[in-house]
Amino acid sequence: MSFRNVLEPGSGLFDTAPAPPSPPGDRAPKGQGAWRRAIVSFTRNKVGVVGLAIIIVMVLFSFLGPVLYHTNQISTNLFRVNLKPGGAYPLGTDEVGYDVLGRLMVAGQASLEVGLAAAAIAGIIGTLWGAVAGFVGGWVDSAMMRIVDGFLAIPPLLLVLLLAAIVTPSVGMLIIVLGCISWLITARLVRGEVLVLRTLDYVLAAKVFGERAWRIVLRHLVRNVIGTVAVQATFEVANAILLLAALSFLGLGPPPPAANWGGMLTDGLNYIFDGYWWEIYPAGVCIVLTVVAFNLVGDALRDALEVRLQDR
Amino acid sequence: MKRYVLRRSAQSLVVLVIVTIVVFAILHFLPGSPARAILGIKASPGAIRAFNAANGYNRSLPVQYVLYLDHLVHGQLGFSYHLDQSVGSLLTLDLPKSALLVGLSYLIALIIAVPMGLAQALRRNRPLDHGFTAFSFVGYSMPVFWLGMLLIIVFSVKLHLFPAEGPQGASVGNVLQNPSGLVLPVATLTIVTVAQFSRFMRSAAIDTMLQDYIRTAQAKGVPRRSVIIRHVLRNSLLPIVTLVGLSLPGVLSGAVVVEALFNYPGMGWLFWTAASAHDYPVLMGFTVVVGAATVIGNLVADLAYAAMDPRIRYGSR
Repeated sequence: MSFRNVLEPGSGLFDTAPAPPSPPGDRAPKGQGAWRRAIVSFTRNKVGVVGLAIIIVMVLFSFLGPVLYHTNQISTNLFRVNLKPGGAYPLGTDEVGYDVLGRLMVAGQASLEVGLAAAAIAGIIGTLWGAVAGFVGGWVDSAMMRIVDGFLAIPPLLLVLLLAAIVTPSVGMLIIVLGCISWLITARLVRGEVLVLRTLDYVLAAKVFGERAWRIVLRHLVRNVIGTVAVQATFEVANAILLLAALSFLGLGPPPPAANWGGMLTDGLNYIFDGYWWEIYPAGVCIVLTVVAFNLVGDALRDALEVRLQDR
Repeated sequence: MKRYVLRRSAQSLVVLVIVTIVVFAILHFLPGSPARAILGIKASPGAIRAFNAANGYNRSLPVQYVLYLDHLVHGQLGFSYHLDQSVGSLLTLDLPKSALLVGLSYLIALIIAVPMGLAQALRRNRPLDHGFTAFSFVGYSMPVFWLGMLLIIVFSVKLHLFPAEGPQGASVGNVLQNPSGLVLPVATLTIVTVAQFSRFMRSAAIDTMLQDYIRTAQAKGVPRRSVIIRHVLRNSLLPIVTLVGLSLPGVLSGAVVVEALFNYPGMGWLFWTAASAHDYPVLMGFTVVVGAATVIGNLVADLAYAAMDPRIRYGSR
């Protein structure tokens, strides 16, 4: 599930040429110009733009949709369960009478929120962990990276299930739980980059000038790995959405009336044999579209920022 | 080579210890205590103290950890009070069934993904490559259980070809008696795995094709066929070995979902029911076993890699 991120260069979707293994010294200078170039390069990547467009549509659908299309997603209506699409219910109703289209919107909010927030938390933890490990070096580095290895050896779903069995699975809690297990690859990537960055002249100069260690980490190191972190975070959004779906399927997602796409799919599972397609396909399509979109954007971002994702 | 083996093994040992520390820490932070869980809510404080003293729960944390390690080393993974069985015996019963499911899926996935990735690398940015790429993107963007649901709808509900439930039974033998039940679970896990592995293979083959020795071989006039098989394929398979090891935790995650969906009586199903029942000893035992398997698997993969490719031994680090 999550291990697509150890993919090496050349794994971009429709990449034309693999990123040349550039020696650490002559990276493109990062600054205003570099970012503008990255944006231009990103917009030229059709697949990435399509991905971004899907994400925007999904966000609008989930967050703006309920404003335009009012439905009751709190109280159930047992007189109107499992209705076929049509009339007042464009996508029918589910097993407790919620309007499926309206539910897709509310569920999308939770799925997107969890995905984005968990990825943000993971990005912050992973960046700091990797930057400190790489900058301090020595046995601290070894110890910190072995901890990462230890966590990586445990299947992510097991870790989430364990944690979700301990805490009450509210949306906020799940964001923290998913964030706390998704930072590992980021930490590895950042550490790898920092190992190179810390030997560069301007970092040495900052050291010589007596700049404090934490300032060097934040100002010189973290700033320069933002590209890598952003790319990885994009993939982590996709992973977190999938993990949330898996958790809901296993019965440890946020309980009703809270909704998420994975939970909707799980409810639909009961009607496989009844042919209630509107309870099985729409939520699945939403997940696949969103996850594919984030993966596409991640790939395009990687090409645009010329980030080389390597895990060691 | 000897130094590499030593260093790499020492590293794995450290990682293994960290896995146990993580699990021990989670076990410790769990709400409630083993004494309460076993003796019940009506137990007197005295009885609880006696239980804690008898089982070492009144000792300091480091001592408790050492006791825990000692149990682990002696194969005592804990006791499920929920199922009234030792975790070890539960695992010996269910682990082979999961190994069968995961092993079969891995094998079939490799048989499909290696040629697929290689073909993609050779036909890079042509329709074939794009088609397979789209397949793998959708493949790993799908919730595993939804993929399974779709397969059930098509092959069980509509076509009546395969049963929607995995084979039942206590032993691997029982499971193998009902091979048609295995088809859909294995297919589900295989599809998601192929989606990952073919990407690995594609990028590994693309990287290999850019190497100087490929150009040399072409310049020498080696036929295309043998360049592909002897140089590209062989050299791309090496990184795949490591990546396949690294992806084991991900595939096992998938196995939990697949076993839950198809009601397949393996370790993943056991883990899932344990998570729903808050049966922590089972969760812990399972996690330690899987963590250890992954660490050892990665170690073996790396050592095999180093044995086959001298550049690793003498190269970086």
